[in-house]
Amino acid sequence: MNPDVQSMYQKRPKTLARDITLLIFFTIVIVWSTQTIHFDGLNPAGIVISRSILDALTKPNLEWLLNFGEGTSIPKLMLETVAMAFLGTILGAILAIPFAFLSARNITGRFASFFGNTLIGMIRTFPIFILGLMFIRVTGPGPLAGVLTIGISSIGMISKLYVEIIEDIDSGIIMALDATGANSFQKIRYGIIPQLTPNFISTAIYRFEINVRNATILSLVGAGGIGFTLTAALAVYRWVDAAAALWGIVIVVLVIEVISNKVRSMLVSGDR
Amino acid sequence: MPNLKNPPLKNRERDNRIHIFESIRWYFLRNIVQTKNARKVVLSDGVSITKPYSFGLFYLLILIGLSYYFVDLIVISYFEITPFELFVKRIPNFTNIVSKMITDFNLPYLPRIIQPLIDTIQMAILGTFIGAAFALPVAFLASQNLVKSKVLTNVIKLILSFIRTIPTLVYAAILAFAFGYGTTIGVIATAIFTFGILSKMLYEVIETLDLGAFIAVESTGATKTKAFIASIIPQIMGTFVSLTLYSFEINIRASAILGYVGAGGIGILLDDHMTWREYGHLGVILALLLVVVFIIENISRYIRKKMS
Repeated sequence: MNPDVQSMYQKRPKTLARDITLLIFFTIVIVWSTQTIHFDGLNPAGIVISRSILDALTKPNLEWLLNFGEGTSIPKLMLETVAMAFLGTILGAILAIPFAFLSARNITGRFASFFGNTLIGMIRTFPIFILGLMFIRVTGPGPLAGVLTIGISSIGMISKLYVEIIEDIDSGIIMALDATGANSFQKIRYGIIPQLTPNFISTAIYRFEINVRNATILSLVGAGGIGFTLTAALAVYRWVDAAAALWGIVIVVLVIEVISNKVRSMLVSGDR
Repeated sequence: MPNLKNPPLKNRERDNRIHIFESIRWYFLRNIVQTKNARKVVLSDGVSITKPYSFGLFYLLILIGLSYYFVDLIVISYFEITPFELFVKRIPNFTNIVSKMITDFNLPYLPRIIQPLIDTIQMAILGTFIGAAFALPVAFLASQNLVKSKVLTNVIKLILSFIRTIPTLVYAAILAFAFGYGTTIGVIATAIFTFGILSKMLYEVIETLDLGAFIAVESTGATKTKAFIASIIPQIMGTFVSLTLYSFEINIRASAILGYVGAGGIGILLDDHMTWREYGHLGVILALLLVVVFIIENISRYIRKKMS
């Protein structure tokens, strides 16, 4: 009746061969990697411990969790953690700008952008703990080492996202400014900066969210923040204390995620 | 029928009403920074234009205030205890490590890190696979356009956010009590992490899906299940694979850290060499890690291209 539907159905993209190849590839890879599991039964004492950890989550050490004064205070430690992430993000977001302009293909050309991208890839792969330990040799243990670590390690991801934003610049706007007789400075001020700023800020806020998570674990190597309290409590089996720290992390990270989502959607939609 | 009781407000009116922060913002703008006359521009042909409000200065002030407070908390209090000269004197400690990584590059050490590296890769593959297998159905359950019950989707989303807030290291540290140290806890911790982020990324994609195809298939007389398989699954499969590969890349990078809590793989070696100041060994591991990440990124980019 309707030959179009039938003929279109015959002409549909044939993906069976590709799908089967991918399926076989994935299956082999996954089966190969199961040899990493050496499972010799659960540790019975461990099950008791896991139970008591879960129990402790329902009754965290409220003295720590609600202590705003002297002594161990989860709010204070979380404030320090957030402060580390905040300053680190600002540092990283600023340092990332030259890297991004160096690596953007439409600005510096093929050779320099390849060099820049390799540099960014190296920073991205550098493990954050190693960087933290290196900065501790400079500043000594404490939150300042955390700020520097977070700042430098953020450069990788932030500049990678910056590069994409810069490469997406609409050159029509610059041409239009050209037509009005704008000089170079005006072209940058009215043609380029307004295109970049909202996306740059949005990227930085997104990274801030990740940095807060990173800051919570960085103190494992002594770089300040709440993580040390958490792991120290775990090491001496004080579950209620660990639960207090964990709740602190959960609440703060959730609040920051909500705020960050709101601000970023405001920036993207331009609805102020 | 239009909602007469609560007519939709214009942006500015709505902003004025939301809460104190907004009111302060608007007060600041109207009375302190930009009066209407200051924003008015008269063009040469006599047309007058009023520039829209700009909130830049307001946010900048907040940013500066917060930064000042945090700098005071961390940096200034640090230099009150530590003299600045000491800080400057110790900067070479950092640069020395970097230069030693290159000058002491210990190539003969390479064969001995192949096995830990394979462990790390296997850990990441298996963890990503398990996490992804759980993430797909949960993402469907959390999508508001597929599930009619708003309570269910919101509860699932809340649980997912909760799972994501706890750092992977903490999962590994807690799991170590039950499973003992080794790559097994690395796999489980990676799986939990992948599950958390992947289901979030997935439901965000699913919620933007075009349900027209689903309705079209249903209208041909297919059951809901059949329509789902014929219209929704093909739309999401490509995205699913590429997002899974993306989180696999993240996991490879993160598994270098997991070794710190005894989750096996290459992380333990990194820790050891840092403690013993064997920066040449460290350089080899980092270089290898870089190469592996580069290769994996390119394989996954190739597969993603094939999929789309």
